[in-house]
Amino acid sequence: MNHIPEIIRTIPLSHYVALSSALFLIGLLGVLIRKNIIIVFMCIEIMLNAVNLLMVAAASYRGDSAGQVMVLFTMAVAAAEVSVGLAIIVMIYKNLKTTNIDLFDQMKG
Amino acid sequence: MNPELILHLILWPPLAGFLINGVFGARMPKWLVSTIACFSPLLSFAASVAAYIQLAGQATTVKLYTWFVGEGSAIVDFSFLIDNLSIVMLFVVTGVGTLIHVYSIGYMSGDRGFHRFFAYLNLFVFFMLLLVLGSNLVVLFAGWEGVGLCSFLLIGFWYDNLEYNRAASKAFVMNRIGDLAFLVAIFLTIYTTGAVSFADLHDTMTNDVRINDPAYVAISLLFFIGVCGKSAQIPLFTWLPDAMAGPTPVSALIHAATMVTAGIYLIARMHFMYDLVPVTQLVIGITGCLTALVAATIALKQNDIKKILAYSTVSQLGFMAVALAAGAYITAIFHLVTHSFFKALLFLGAGSVIHGLHGEQDIRQMGGLRHKMRWTYGVMLVGTIAIAGLPPLSGFFSKDEILTAVHSHNMGFFIALALASAFTAWYMFRMFASVFHGAFRGKNETWEHVHEAPWSMRGPLVVLAVLSLAGGLLGLPAITGQSHRLYNFLVPAIVQPKISASHAFEYALWGISLAVILTLLVICFKRYGSSGPSVPSVTPSFFERLLVNKYFIDEIYERLFVHPLKIAGSWLMHRGDYGIIDRVVHFPGKVVESGAFALRNLQDGKLSSYLLYSVVALLIFLTLFLIF
Repeated sequence: MNHIPEIIRTIPLSHYVALSSALFLIGLLGVLIRKNIIIVFMCIEIMLNAVNLLMVAAASYRGDSAGQVMVLFTMAVAAAEVSVGLAIIVMIYKNLKTTNIDLFDQMKG
Repeated sequence: MNPELILHLILWPPLAGFLINGVFGARMPKWLVSTIACFSPLLSFAASVAAYIQLAGQATTVKLYTWFVGEGSAIVDFSFLIDNLSIVMLFVVTGVGTLIHVYSIGYMSGDRGFHRFFAYLNLFVFFMLLLVLGSNLVVLFAGWEGVGLCSFLLIGFWYDNLEYNRAASKAFVMNRIGDLAFLVAIFLTIYTTGAVSFADLHDTMTNDVRINDPAYVAISLLFFIGVCGKSAQIPLFTWLPDAMAGPTPVSALIHAATMVTAGIYLIARMHFMYDLVPVTQLVIGITGCLTALVAATIALKQNDIKKILAYSTVSQLGFMAVALAAGAYITAIFHLVTHSFFKALLFLGAGSVIHGLHGEQDIRQMGGLRHKMRWTYGVMLVGTIAIAGLPPLSGFFSKDEILTAVHSHNMGFFIALALASAFTAWYMFRMFASVFHGAFRGKNETWEHVHEAPWSMRGPLVVLAVLSLAGGLLGLPAITGQSHRLYNFLVPAIVQPKISASHAFEYALWGISLAVILTLLVICFKRYGSSGPSVPSVTPSFFERLLVNKYFIDEIYERLFVHPLKIAGSWLMHRGDYGIIDRVVHFPGKVVESGAFALRNLQDGKLSSYLLYSVVALLIFLTLFLIF
């Protein structure tokens, strides 16, 4: 069985870049356009993972494992962040009885 | 007593009186306020008497400290000069001043500004003393400005009347014109001679033999403009009749006896310079003659008792100015002194009449008052014949001396003054007859309440009447074989030849003036002192209307100066202030304000908008990063 970096390198780098850019843009548009806070939150995760994908690919092509290690850290932190974020969303829903972010205008001065 | 102590005793009591009454007066009983107010000028008067006895004609300069050192070598000391001229002025200011203070106790007794009135009056006396005692032009100017301030405060004393406030502003603004000229004259004096004290100027100028030196002509003319403002000469005289808005004792003290004569005093003080400039003397003479004639003719047709006296004051100041122009400085001071006696008497008497009639000032609403106000009648009779110039009252001698001096100087001036003095007799007899003779023309209920003034008012009147009667003894003409006391007293301070005339001229003058005055007396008493209900009114001729309306001088000034100034002012206000300055100042504020209003909409508090902003900002920064 080959090493994982080698398997990764069987696909050209430009494909990875294209895929992660596409994922990032999808996530970004979702954040901007969708109104449901949970969908927005999921789109943020998509953007995050697009970046992770690009880092893993780039690390393999460079032959440097630091990038992959970094991705592991990111995923660990992201897990923590997701739990906090979901908790916040639950609290917002409990208070406002809605998940529509256009109705979140309590910050208006 | 040493001179310095005497000086302190003369100068400071009125200021102390002002401070005490001004600060604590509102909480003190009236008797205490009036006691302090009357004793402070009285103390000054006593100190002046001490100065008269102690210094015995010795000119003494008391320097308190060096005020400042001017450009070049001019050192301005805060110092005072007590010589015979200032002693004469001291007697007038503190003597007449004290009498008027006493009179005011009765006159102002019902006024709620009682303590304020006395505070101002004391402050006035202080500044007047500063003026007559200053040993240099700068100290004199300080007093000059101070009396102007007090005049303003006292004309507008009843400040809830808008008309009175306007009169006060008018007096102040017109004096400002003269004061500006005065100030420039001081600068020019320092520039040309490097000296400001009278002693130094005297030394510099008496050694100078140049006649009509351009610098001296300029200085003397500028001083004279200042004098025009303060002493109400044409063209700056219109404030004085309006100044009658103030309480009557103020008219007597400030606008008849003392402040308005400050200009005469100034020229007498600077006589050594005026001797060198015949051009200026001619200007003063012409101005004085015009003033004397114009004011006397206006007084003929006035109906307000105080206005008549005010125009009379202007006219008499014109007489003094002509005397100065003729080089008869001591004569001018002589008339100043006698005038301060009889004019203060007349004003206070008029005040007594106004007081007795509860504020009535129109002589058409008076008449027959001799039955109810015997004391006032008596003293006013003395004042009237003193100013009209019947011998042997004080006005006769001083006016006679002016006429004599002017006769040998300039025939045109003499004729003008002779005419003006005939007018003087006319308007005074008209006023006197209308007020005290004939039948009462006012309302019946007013007549019921007519009353004689209290003793605090009658006392000063009687003293002033005695002074008006006997004031002539100060300067008896040579023809009587007596010595001219005032001349002998003043001659160390003012160098001037004795006024003399041939006996024939003197007798002729006496005879003619007596005949004219007695004729006028008879005519006026027949015409205005009759028992008829009112003076018969006929359609006024052009000349009469001209006089009733005071030659339309106020209207002309209004059109020529006040109105254009107001237009210019409002134009500048709208175009300059609102149009330019305000716009420039408000522009940055407007930009920030409208910008803030626009940017406010960005902060709508919606999570989605904020997300969009952050993405847009990120894109912008990324683009920038890529470009640079």
